[in-house]
Amino acid sequence: MVQFNLPKNSRIMTGKTWPKPDGAKNVRKFQIYRWNPDDGKNPQADTYFVDMDKCGPMVLDALIKIKNEIDPTLTFRRSCREGICGSCAMNIDGINTLACIYGMDEIKGDVKIYPLPHMPVVKDLIPDLTHFYAQHASIMPWLETATNRPQKEWRQSIEDRKKLDGLYECVMCASCSTSCPSYWWNGDKYLGPAALLHAYRWIIDSRDEATGERLDQLEDPFKLYRCHTIMNCTKTCPKGLNPAKAIGEIKKMMVERAH
Amino acid sequence: MSFLTDRKRAQGAGSGRQGTHHHWQMMVSSVALAVLAPIFVFTFGYGLGGSYEEVLAYFGKPFPAIVAALTLIVTVTHFTHEANEAVEDYVHGTAQKLTLIGLQVFSYLLIGAGLFAIARIAL
Repeated sequence: MVQFNLPKNSRIMTGKTWPKPDGAKNVRKFQIYRWNPDDGKNPQADTYFVDMDKCGPMVLDALIKIKNEIDPTLTFRRSCREGICGSCAMNIDGINTLACIYGMDEIKGDVKIYPLPHMPVVKDLIPDLTHFYAQHASIMPWLETATNRPQKEWRQSIEDRKKLDGLYECVMCASCSTSCPSYWWNGDKYLGPAALLHAYRWIIDSRDEATGERLDQLEDPFKLYRCHTIMNCTKTCPKGLNPAKAIGEIKKMMVERAH
Repeated sequence: MSFLTDRKRAQGAGSGRQGTHHHWQMMVSSVALAVLAPIFVFTFGYGLGGSYEEVLAYFGKPFPAIVAALTLIVTVTHFTHEANEAVEDYVHGTAQKLTLIGLQVFSYLLIGAGLFAIARIAL
């Protein structure tokens, strides 16, 4: 059965409150999820205060400032700091998004930061995305070809290339999949919006010659049809993409193929 | 503990090669309900307010009886498919199989009882 309560060892306790910065006038309070697999303790929400007059505008700026100046043990992923790598996906103010492109001016009150929901946590704000990446790999995210001609570059019309817009931009941050209740309950079998958006990206690529095989692989009550059009994925996508529409298009192709 | 690769865990036993039929059935029954539900509401509403004998006589006519029977069959079938989805979402293992069987039996009972009632009134 689905669990509606966290197990005892996962309940979040009140954590440490770090001192406010000296002489700061524009201070903002941050509550950040902390969990260390090595100390055997429950997760806790630590409280930090950041001088906003000496901090950049994005949530990632504040996290980096906290790590550099207050608590070097705070652990999170980050790389490009401009919404391209997808590393810093986390739950900020109740929304799955990228810390590097989420402005703190969009948040009212305290800034609450948690790891992406319903994923195993490696440490602090870092979720274990092993299964998520394996699901992505399972949809064969590459061009599959049966023929070897033309032997040079495989060309694509402008119209066919346009079909990939709104799909190729996905950075695999996992914000969508971890916002999806279907993925929460059946993430072991349901591929989730991110993998399915990528699946559709390759299905409609005019150069790909494995459309039938790709649809065959997706025709499953769980892999594809666990999507109940809840639309959390589309609402939360930090890149403004529409995975729910991509999934709907795959379903349409399935029906067209069968009837 | 089992030493499976990540990819093996993600792929499982592969595709079940089914699901589209169920999806299509839901679409068809949705469209059918979009037509049937308003007709049923109007025919049902039209028959209300009279005496017991008048209501029985009204639902004894072919059109209201057929509309009621069709609405009953399509609604319960649609509901059962949706409920099956919910069970598959939230209940797993043996409990899931038993609940699915129970749901199916319950839906057949509902359809059977409803059709029997309509038939008794209409015939």
